[in-house]
Amino acid sequence: MNSIILRIAARQLLPILMVLSLFILFRGHNAPGGGFIGGLIASSAFILYAIAFGHRSAEEKIKIEPGVFMALGLLLALGSGIPSFLKNEAFVTHEFFKFHIPVLGKMIISTPLIFDIGVFFVVFGVLLTIVFTLMEE
Amino acid sequence: MIYIILSSFVFSFTAPFIHRIFKKYSHWVIFLLPLGIFTYFISYLPRICTTECEVFTFSYPWIKSLGIQLSFYLDGLSMIFALIITGVGMMVIFYSGAYFRGHPQHGRFYLYILIFMGSMLGVVMAENLITIFVFWELTSLSSYLLIGFNHEKEESRKAALQALLVTGLGGLALLAGFILTGIAGGTYSIVSLLDSGDIIRNHTLYLPALALVLTGAFTKSAQVPFHFWLPSAMQAPTPVSTYLHSATMVKAGIYLLARFNPIMGNTLEWNYLITIAGVTTMLVGALMALYQTDLKKLLAYTTVSALGMLVLLLGIGTTLAIKAAMVFLMVHALYKGALFMIVGAVDHSTGTRDVTELSGLMRVMPFIGIAAAFSGLSMSGFPPLLGFVGKELIYEAHLHAPNAAISLMTASIIGNAVNVTVAIMVGIFPFWGKTSATAKKSHPVEFAFWIGPFLMALCGVVLGIMPNSIAMPLISPAVTAIKAQTILVELKTWHGFTMVFMLSVLTVALGIGFFHFRDKFREFAPRLKFLIPISPSRIYDYLLKGMLRFADLQTRFLQNGKLRYYLITIILVTVSMVCTQLIRMKGLPVSISFSGLQFYEAGLVLVMLMATIMAMLTPSRMAAVASLGVIGFGVAMIYVLFGAPDLALTQFLVETLTVIIFVLVIYHLPYFQEFSSTKSRIRDAIVAFLAGSLMTILILTARHVQIAQQISTYFSENSAPLAHGRDIVNVILVDFRAIDTMGEITVLSIAAIGVYALIKLKPKKEKSK
Repeated sequence: MNSIILRIAARQLLPILMVLSLFILFRGHNAPGGGFIGGLIASSAFILYAIAFGHRSAEEKIKIEPGVFMALGLLLALGSGIPSFLKNEAFVTHEFFKFHIPVLGKMIISTPLIFDIGVFFVVFGVLLTIVFTLMEE
Repeated sequence: MIYIILSSFVFSFTAPFIHRIFKKYSHWVIFLLPLGIFTYFISYLPRICTTECEVFTFSYPWIKSLGIQLSFYLDGLSMIFALIITGVGMMVIFYSGAYFRGHPQHGRFYLYILIFMGSMLGVVMAENLITIFVFWELTSLSSYLLIGFNHEKEESRKAALQALLVTGLGGLALLAGFILTGIAGGTYSIVSLLDSGDIIRNHTLYLPALALVLTGAFTKSAQVPFHFWLPSAMQAPTPVSTYLHSATMVKAGIYLLARFNPIMGNTLEWNYLITIAGVTTMLVGALMALYQTDLKKLLAYTTVSALGMLVLLLGIGTTLAIKAAMVFLMVHALYKGALFMIVGAVDHSTGTRDVTELSGLMRVMPFIGIAAAFSGLSMSGFPPLLGFVGKELIYEAHLHAPNAAISLMTASIIGNAVNVTVAIMVGIFPFWGKTSATAKKSHPVEFAFWIGPFLMALCGVVLGIMPNSIAMPLISPAVTAIKAQTILVELKTWHGFTMVFMLSVLTVALGIGFFHFRDKFREFAPRLKFLIPISPSRIYDYLLKGMLRFADLQTRFLQNGKLRYYLITIILVTVSMVCTQLIRMKGLPVSISFSGLQFYEAGLVLVMLMATIMAMLTPSRMAAVASLGVIGFGVAMIYVLFGAPDLALTQFLVETLTVIIFVLVIYHLPYFQEFSSTKSRIRDAIVAFLAGSLMTILILTARHVQIAQQISTYFSENSAPLAHGRDIVNVILVDFRAIDTMGEITVLSIAAIGVYALIKLKPKKEKSK
């Protein structure tokens, strides 16, 4: 598509939308958001870019094939269940680890977050795979 | 104990590699496993056969919630079977080294046969009904692989499938029978069931359970009318026939009957059903054996007959009969196993199994000839071989049978006489007399071919002279286990010139007479076909064909490949089912009130309705998609208004992306055209209307129906303390219902791969166009 407005908008919006999607992903546990929505936003950023510049330049922009994100996401989601085995609990019983980092303060690393990142990746990978495949035709 | 049974499964998978390393010496290595297990069981022998017969149990929890344990135990009955399984297994595996020499799939044979051996051991040692069933099915499956070993041949595949279907069907009946037994006895544990025999026999479920268990046992042990799979299974390579179809698998049914004797036995139904099946099978097997000319078929039909004899003995059920059954079990395993291996060697060397073409093989293969002679003599029951001991016991058991002693005796004499005839045909006749043309062309056989049968025949001789050496250690504990009371057995070779001995002489004379008229039987047999208007194997064929045709029809009807019919089917089935239920409940309260309706809500609904009408009426695809998008956004707005920000966010994004994907797809489609006729459009409209109204009614009534306690309070109360999250929707997604989510993202990925495959992977033909 040769609209100059669309091109400039898409180029400027891409990083903003990506940051937004990450923001939505991480706030998800306590406020509306999460991996699914974050993944949708991230993929729409690239879909917008693909509509403006063609799917090939979008694919080059990501550098990694979208299918890889799918696999990675599934692995992350599955892997987040593994710590539960160590505690001899039911599969995907989530764990929370609290850290105190000197300057930043309290931080919680939890398996639900890993799970959510997995969901994010899967949604991102699935949508881009579908859309890029369709655009290629 | 569990390691012993599992070892053959584990070892089986390494067997092909072992074969690759040791090549033509692999049988020397592989046969060490059954030898080891055999020795292991022998080491338990002295402890099992003290006057107070000991029972060893080994239990591992498996499915706790169903009361199923992976438990094994070893008593006299298990012991005799386990020794036969590993003993014959050892011989067969060693023998296969010669039989399959140079065969490209020899390694695979080891794999299958070891799996089979493990399953068989599992069956005879399982302490839990469900465990028995699992191993029982494993034997069926591995026998399928073994019978179909020469899978390039169509007859092999057919025979394998037949055996699998018949025994598999029996297996299902068995499972049902086991469950009924479990309900009646209140436990699946055999040790506990053994004590509650009276409860089960007086339970209302006794008869159905008995019928089902017997069906399972009869299919496995090739009893009439399920006998036909056994002769067909002779398509298998000879080592397989030796192992499965004479010594072990077909005896699984016998094992089951023996094992269930204290649980279900000693009732009129038990005795009658089993005796009748046994007698019929024995006679049918014997008569059909008479006119065969193929060595393997001869052995197969006499095996059917021998299985009938074993079942008959268990049916009589007296201590004498059980004793006879256990001795005959050993006798039969020894001579029939040996004869099968001999036939394999003859076949391998001469290239034929036709009795009429074989004679004078003694000069070519002396050891095989000697083994054949002794096995044949044992089979026909000549003193002082073990077969003689067995036959004397059988006749004695018949003489003292509580009912119908004379007719059972007559049937049994006929059956045994045929055994004599077949023994002469297989064990004696091919090896003596003039050297036939085929024998001249044949080559001598190697060590691994004759050592197995030779040793087994030797066992028959030695044990025949000293039968008491197995009486105390083996037969007594087995009879004790079956009768559930301590019984000491004594065996003697020579009883003197008794009534029983006279009957033995009569049998041999009759057998030689049959042999003399063998050509007459072969001529006459085809003329007797009219007696059986339809044979069980034909019924099997018809059933199989009918089932395939039915499957074909229903698949074509249901899987017609048109999406719209699938949708119509799904929708109509749902609507009719829900409606039936609604009518049965005489409707549900529906209340409609418009109080509290805000003007912007009404406006939103109005927009959505207009978009719906637009989507239906517009002549442009783009407009239709956009209208659907409007509806979606409307739904998202409703989420916003009713406080579901997570859902609303998702809905907005999904709607946007759906429209984009729609557009991408539609872009390739031809211009909007009307393909469907008015008729089908009306039909579609009716279906759509039905579905829509049903959903409306359901939504209106849903408010008034409380089926289960609402779960949302639990989530909202526990989301923060348990899952450290305040956004309930997200906590449900990633924590409370994480496995559901995992399933969903997997489905998503599969869908993406599907789209990719549909578009990118085209058949090569189309590409070249």
